[in-house]
Amino acid sequence: MSKVIVVTSGKGGVGKTTTSAAFAAGLASKGHRTAVIDFDVGLRNLDLIMGVERRVVYDFVNVINGEATLRQALIKDKRVDNLFILPASQTRDKDALTKEGVESVINELKTDGFEYIVCDSPAGIEKGAFMALYFADEAIIVTNPEVSSVRDSDRILGILQSKSRAAEDGNVVKEHLVITRYSPERVDLGDMISLEDIVDILSVPLLAVIPESDSVLQASNNGVPVIMNLESQAGQAYMDMTSRFLGEDVPHRFLDIEKKGFFKKLFG
Amino acid sequence: MGLFDIFRRDRKKNSANIAKERLQILIAHEHASRTGAPDYFPKMRDEIMDVIRKYVEVEDKSVNVNLEKGDDYDVLELNITLPERR
Repeated sequence: MSKVIVVTSGKGGVGKTTTSAAFAAGLASKGHRTAVIDFDVGLRNLDLIMGVERRVVYDFVNVINGEATLRQALIKDKRVDNLFILPASQTRDKDALTKEGVESVINELKTDGFEYIVCDSPAGIEKGAFMALYFADEAIIVTNPEVSSVRDSDRILGILQSKSRAAEDGNVVKEHLVITRYSPERVDLGDMISLEDIVDILSVPLLAVIPESDSVLQASNNGVPVIMNLESQAGQAYMDMTSRFLGEDVPHRFLDIEKKGFFKKLFG
Repeated sequence: MGLFDIFRRDRKKNSANIAKERLQILIAHEHASRTGAPDYFPKMRDEIMDVIRKYVEVEDKSVNVNLEKGDDYDVLELNITLPERR
């Protein structure tokens, strides 16, 4: 059985692509055949985050239009076995993605034996975002601890449970919350909404908390999914997220302030 | 927390709570308008009131209109308290 998982948020810049890249690489590294699809037609970036930008020959829209086969367009990752990337097109044609076209690509991936199909949604609630979530069995909602991001997440949750195919069929899309750019220090100072409050407001089960970390920017500079840097807290948190998604019982980490030495404690 | 944070803490403990409260109010409101009554509802309510007033003298506050959502049906509930017969 294959699962279609959308990574979405409503708001832009909260870490959808970073999360998609890390999560897909995590699933693949645990031995699951995984494809990650960039739905951001016109503003392709997953290829860059995954470091395969120079290997793009054909894209998602080429496959939908019959200009290339899926096999030709899929880019096999050279670092992780079982990981394949389907890049978005750079066309400015908004109607390039059709329901039928997206469905045929997803069905072909399923027939090809892909266990997980990760759909990296564009920001907003326009066609691309709708296409990314329409066929989803499960959804990963990426939220920053910040008012506009929380509100937009709530909005996209409403769309997910009313406009997706699962919703049309009277089913429910399973939801998971991933809070990114979390800073326990700022929560303690009262400057940042706590994860408990976000979970309370959105009432979505928490899958992972990714701490604010320099390694995320470094990973994107290098074109390496941050999960491959297991020395970084963000990389470890993404690996925990993947394990938890696969049903392992992994405790949450990096939620509390790291202990400081005596002098730092005294003088801040 | 450092020694000098004691003086800063009161001032700083607030913005996250403000954010939480604002979000709770906003999201409750947005949910209500998302799942709430259809657009024609207020007008329909007024027209029903006009029909009733043709026959019985009723005050606005003695009429209670309610729309209840079921799984695959909605119930429109109209509750009118008639004035006491003199």
